[in-house]
Amino acid sequence: MAKILSFTPDDSVHAFLTTIPEVTYGEGPLSGVTVAVKDNISTKGIETTCASKILKGYIPPYDAHVVALLKDAGAAIVGKTNMDEFGMGTTTENSAFGPTLNPLDKNRVPGGSSGGSAAAVASGLCDVAIGSDTGGSIRCPAAFCGIVGLKPTYGRVSRYGLIAYANSLEQIGPMARDVKTLSRLYSVIAGHDPRDATTVNKPYSHEPSANIEGLKIGIVEEFFGEGVNPRVAEVVKEALATLESLGAVVKSYTMPSMKYALSAYYVTCTSEASSNLARFDGVRYGPGLDSAKSWHDAYSEQRKEGFGKEVRRRIILGTFSLAAGYYGRYYQKAQTARQMVRDDFERIFRDVDVIAGPTMPDIAFRLGEKSDPLQMYLADILTVPANLAGVPAISVPCGKIDSMPVGLQIIGKYFDDEKIIDTAFAFEQEGV
Amino acid sequence: MEDRETIIGLEIHCQLNTKSKMFCGCSTDFRDNEPNTHTCPVCLGLPGSMPMVNKRAIEFALKVGKALNCTIREESEFSRKNYFYPDLNKAYQITQYDKPLAEWGKLLIDGDNGEKEVKITRIHLEEDPGRSVHMGTTDRGKYTLVDYNRAGIPLIEIVTEPDLRSPKEARKFLNKLRATLEYLNVFDSEKEGSLRVDANISIKGSERVEVKNISSYKGVEKALTFEVTRQRNLLRRGQPIARETRHFVETRGITTSSRSKEEENDYRYFPEPDLLPLRVSSWVESIELPELPDARRERFIRQYGVSAEHAKTLTGGLKLAEFYESVAPADPALAATWTADYLLGELNYRDFTIDAMPEDLFRELIKLIKSNAITDKSAVEILRIILDEVKEGKGPEHPQAIVDRLGLAKSSEDLVMKMVEEVVAEQPAAVADYYAGKMQALNFLVGQVMKKCRGRADPGHLNTLLKELLDKKV
Repeated sequence: MAKILSFTPDDSVHAFLTTIPEVTYGEGPLSGVTVAVKDNISTKGIETTCASKILKGYIPPYDAHVVALLKDAGAAIVGKTNMDEFGMGTTTENSAFGPTLNPLDKNRVPGGSSGGSAAAVASGLCDVAIGSDTGGSIRCPAAFCGIVGLKPTYGRVSRYGLIAYANSLEQIGPMARDVKTLSRLYSVIAGHDPRDATTVNKPYSHEPSANIEGLKIGIVEEFFGEGVNPRVAEVVKEALATLESLGAVVKSYTMPSMKYALSAYYVTCTSEASSNLARFDGVRYGPGLDSAKSWHDAYSEQRKEGFGKEVRRRIILGTFSLAAGYYGRYYQKAQTARQMVRDDFERIFRDVDVIAGPTMPDIAFRLGEKSDPLQMYLADILTVPANLAGVPAISVPCGKIDSMPVGLQIIGKYFDDEKIIDTAFAFEQEGV
Repeated sequence: MEDRETIIGLEIHCQLNTKSKMFCGCSTDFRDNEPNTHTCPVCLGLPGSMPMVNKRAIEFALKVGKALNCTIREESEFSRKNYFYPDLNKAYQITQYDKPLAEWGKLLIDGDNGEKEVKITRIHLEEDPGRSVHMGTTDRGKYTLVDYNRAGIPLIEIVTEPDLRSPKEARKFLNKLRATLEYLNVFDSEKEGSLRVDANISIKGSERVEVKNISSYKGVEKALTFEVTRQRNLLRRGQPIARETRHFVETRGITTSSRSKEEENDYRYFPEPDLLPLRVSSWVESIELPELPDARRERFIRQYGVSAEHAKTLTGGLKLAEFYESVAPADPALAATWTADYLLGELNYRDFTIDAMPEDLFRELIKLIKSNAITDKSAVEILRIILDEVKEGKGPEHPQAIVDRLGLAKSSEDLVMKMVEEVVAEQPAAVADYYAGKMQALNFLVGQVMKKCRGRADPGHLNTLLKELLDKKV
């Protein structure tokens, strides 16, 4: 039997792009749980823009697989959250509709690209949220806003209906204020979907356990190296000491492929994006084309006007990487580097159960602080390895610096999302 | 210069006749429907939609690969071919690039100088784009309408080595290929736009020209013939041949140069990240091929005793071969002759396919011919009447009804004369005796005809007929 709740949030941080004033929901494991959905996930009948002008007015005629699952589980989908345009950013400042603010300090960014989802959860506007993580887009805002965010193993959650930015890297994942709630949300959205050929049949039905006696944790030196705020490193090391006190065993490793990870990531994601975003031409949806112009000119104008600066930059970079004569030097080489990252993870995971370190090299930036794109890209260095390899990773709050939260990142083996959830749960139970 | 070889290679796109599209569940049976009615988020390329491989399309492509003696790749891969065009829903086409499904095959054809092996470079799978309908002229149209019903129809592209040496040989290759695809039941050649050909053609030692956009069987020979003449004329005048892409203008039977911006694309191929690599090795072994044209031809010769030439003709298309097999029981030899030598000509003349001829009527016609009830001339007339009636949309008459209506039955005199002729042919010794002056021989021959017609003729009349015939022969 359908029930209705009214949703009129005081959204002072601009977490939402669209809110649903009267939400219908049903029975099920998430009955009445308020869920915010990132605006790059298709929702039938609800505008879905990816925070881009080019999709302004686009109302999908179908639900993404995860949205259908949430509805079936009785969840109340209360709105669509702000993000960096098409997921391209680390701060949610790259939204065509204005930035989202960090609920803990409105002069700071919430992180990105799922900044709206994180801010909505952190400020208590809703119970949980769905984000997507291409190079850290769930974990980064979770860390900056002080909540929990999981990037599942690649293939564990259907991407059907997620407006693709970089298909081979991204996953939809849950965001919540605590691990148990996150785990509940995850059990609803995980599983095989025939419409996404890259999914595998590994549903999630785990109850988090705080017993980590004997857990082997790998520490990767590069995660505490250059570019990482020493104060962040210190907070994370204390968290690791807490885990040790709970019976975990910590061992140190190096990960030489880390020096190629960021380049491999940006070449791969921009290449895929240049192809994925080519369809936004105004012929089928979005603002209409100027039909008085030749199609060539109309396309150019549409895409120049419709895409923001960062999106245009990444499309151009990706187009270049795939161009004849450059493919071997860029795209193909990036795939080789990607394999090296996988190999490094595999080597370390032969010894340990999980790898732990900081989620982000620093605390939430001030608005406008990272104006140089390269500086911004460098902030992703600790989150992209998990996307390159496809392994699961979670960010759980582990302390504060200047009253801003720091995230502990726990990375797991393929399809061992359960283990990193347990580790995060154990840490969370100890309290910060 | 005239003796320099013509070198032709073909790229053939065939729509596979699966029930649903290549990457979604939409029906492929769209030809009689309104535009954009056979679409879904996937084949419209809506944001967030993802391709789901149609297993049947892969099975069909594997059948073709096997039938063309290809090596099937252990692991093949889908790639994206990126280019902008209004009818290309995602601004990329999912196709196969450096890891195609099948490679290194061959097809035996009846070449210009006897049997010939044409090498197949590769066969790959891809999706058809939508269709643009330009209102106004192509370069300065008022607007363009786009229909995505065709978007996502499964295609195979078959690429040959440059092994063909004349436009006629190219046509023969296509005929053989079409027959093979029909026998495999993966292709319906009668559907509009189900086959599109690009041809590479050069005169040995000169630049290669690509002719695009040929969309009919007859068009291929026409376009190539035009191009051979054009290129040879240029060479004769000492002018160079430009390496270029040309378009075939079907209505005028010519090719025109087409150096448009879109064709200078860099397609930026890369592996389709939404699809897994295709591993089919165990599947390939389980695929069984039906009888193919060459095997059927051999069987026709063996089973029905038809000539090699007739067997080749009759197995040149699946429906034709099936038609023959359904009418053959009436009399295999007569059925072969009347199908291959008479019926096909009459069908061609009317631009008909074999479907136009009702099998039961043709079978009846063969029986009338066999029983000597009608002359060959009358049989041809009946054939034409039937086909004309079909053309006019009337239900065709039965051959016997036409015989009765037009009084085409052989007179008894015809029949008697025929028996007389037969007896003369069958009894050379008695005939020789007659010529030697032995009159009893004539009586013997009369007796033989009486026996043949079971006593239903007048012996005196037979005597006259026989004498006339034998005396004429001297």
